[in-house]
Amino acid sequence: MDRLSFAPAGRPNARRILLLAAPWVLAFLLPLAADDVTTGNLAYCLVWAFTALGLALMWGHGGILSFGQTAFFGISGYTYGIVTLNYGEAWTSSWGGLLVGLAASIVVAFLLGYMIFYGKIRGVFIGILTLSVTLVLETFMAQTAGPQWAVGEARLNGFNGMSGMPPLAVPWPGDPIFIEGNAFYYLVLAMLAIAYVLSRRMLHSPFGLSLAAIRENPQRAEMLGIDIRKHQMLVFVAGCGLAGLSGALYTIWGSYITPSSMGLTAAAMPVIWVATAGRKSLGGVIVGTAILVWLSQSLAIYGSQYALILMGAILLFVVLAAPEGLLPGVLKHARRLGALAGRKPAPAPGTGQGRQS
Amino acid sequence: MTALATIYSLIYQFGDNFAYLVLAALGLAIIFGMMGVINLAHGEFIMCGAYVTIVTAKQGLPLPLAMLLGALAAALAGIVIERLVIRHLYDRLFDSVVATWAISLIVQQSMLLLAGPSIEGISTPFGSFVFGEYSFSVYRAILPVVAIGILAALYWLFFRTNYGICARATMQNARMAQCLGLRTDRLYSLTFALGAGLAGLTGALYAPTMTAVPTMGTNFIVQAFVSVVVGGANVIAGTTPAAGILAIIQTALTASYGQLFGQIGLLLTVIIVIRLMPQGLGHLFGRSR
Repeated sequence: MDRLSFAPAGRPNARRILLLAAPWVLAFLLPLAADDVTTGNLAYCLVWAFTALGLALMWGHGGILSFGQTAFFGISGYTYGIVTLNYGEAWTSSWGGLLVGLAASIVVAFLLGYMIFYGKIRGVFIGILTLSVTLVLETFMAQTAGPQWAVGEARLNGFNGMSGMPPLAVPWPGDPIFIEGNAFYYLVLAMLAIAYVLSRRMLHSPFGLSLAAIRENPQRAEMLGIDIRKHQMLVFVAGCGLAGLSGALYTIWGSYITPSSMGLTAAAMPVIWVATAGRKSLGGVIVGTAILVWLSQSLAIYGSQYALILMGAILLFVVLAAPEGLLPGVLKHARRLGALAGRKPAPAPGTGQGRQS
Repeated sequence: MTALATIYSLIYQFGDNFAYLVLAALGLAIIFGMMGVINLAHGEFIMCGAYVTIVTAKQGLPLPLAMLLGALAAALAGIVIERLVIRHLYDRLFDSVVATWAISLIVQQSMLLLAGPSIEGISTPFGSFVFGEYSFSVYRAILPVVAIGILAALYWLFFRTNYGICARATMQNARMAQCLGLRTDRLYSLTFALGAGLAGLTGALYAPTMTAVPTMGTNFIVQAFVSVVVGGANVIAGTTPAAGILAIIQTALTASYGQLFGQIGLLLTVIIVIRLMPQGLGHLFGRSR
């Protein structure tokens, strides 16, 4: 798997490109076959993929297990709400809200990242600290019910959260055109594709290679003169920024955001998606997240408890049985079976089939 | 008299916060200190203890017995989970943390399905007393004493018993302890059960004072994390001073700015402490690591 994701970029072989492009083409064609509601739900699934992509960068490639993705999700989402409720539904306001939201989460990520990495906090303590920040932020947002908690026109509304935010718009003579339905889906898809390509490029750049060196052996990396703290902080900020993008897009999608989208249960979700999909492969994480969100959404019709129990069970199974992730685990076992079948001294006709996995 | 009452009120609040921090953290601290595992299902052990206490107390069992039963139930659950899950993940720290989170999610949501959003609680025993112009709950005034009692019992357990010596040996150097013939796997099992049982006891002790909902464990999580991070891996020499200092900060901030700023203050303290002393306070006071 490692060889696959770090293969030299110089000689792309046709099969790999096809494999990489197929999901994107499929995602591009899906709305043609689906009705509006389904497309809306698909967009919802893709919105979450940014958060997971960010966590995959941090956890799979930076060796940082952060439990605070939803904090940045929330910061960005709330900021979008505050900006757009104050400045109305003009296109400048909504795109400005998206940018300011993103900037807010990045600034907070810088501050927290500086504290964490320059404070030499390591390993599992990063998880605890980020989770504590998330929970305190949730508590804070949940108690902002009173009228004194307002930024300009925008009431924070405590546990009920903010609602009524306008969607993104494009400038047009006369009334602005809102980006909704299929257009929103394609916007999210395009952003996701850009985020994916940029993340891959980052991992293949000298920065990404230093990051891999740090993950594999921090001491050796430091001896080679790599500034561990800077690298880890930057990948942390990148991951948190992606979570922030997710939060703003989520707020745009549903035009509401509540404190519970940051809470303990919500914070577990990105970890579940990334652990299940395999934290090393960025493309796998995007596809896996979309599938898992879709699964929980379909189950939530019967009660969100069932969906959450299933997610917990999947996570437990993955951690115990396939630590690299469900798909990579299955592939590895299939390959091992194939190798076993191939190594037999006198293969009977037909046993070679195991190799084709 | 008024000044005295105000001072006592502050002491009472300090004691209340101290007890809450110590009791919330102990189970987590023991499991973390001995095994290096951050147990994110900590809150669910607390919930387990509280639920068992409430249900058995309603069946007519005397409250102290019901509380003991709650702690034992949590310890039993701890053994089961250690055997089934944690045991396989000792050499994979991140995975063990993630696995306990999965357990937390499953238990919490199953409880929500089985027992509904909340069950009827039991009333706080002993009533209240009036001092100056304030009224205090007797039960909450006793809790700090109970917390100190539990700390003393743990001190005795770790420093005066055979189990304690073996456990500390395992904590210091598990491989060496194994070479010397200690059954480290059994010690880990026992330690996890002890941590879970203490979490259950916390739930049991706080069961009469809060509403019993499946997510009640979440209320303890931040405080538990904060005390453990500040205290470091040393259970007694770390957690106790950590809880003391944090309780002072929380009491002062809560008294002047309200509950929320108390929590934010805790968080800031953690970040500062961890910046200055990455090993935690326990490193400063510890003679027993």
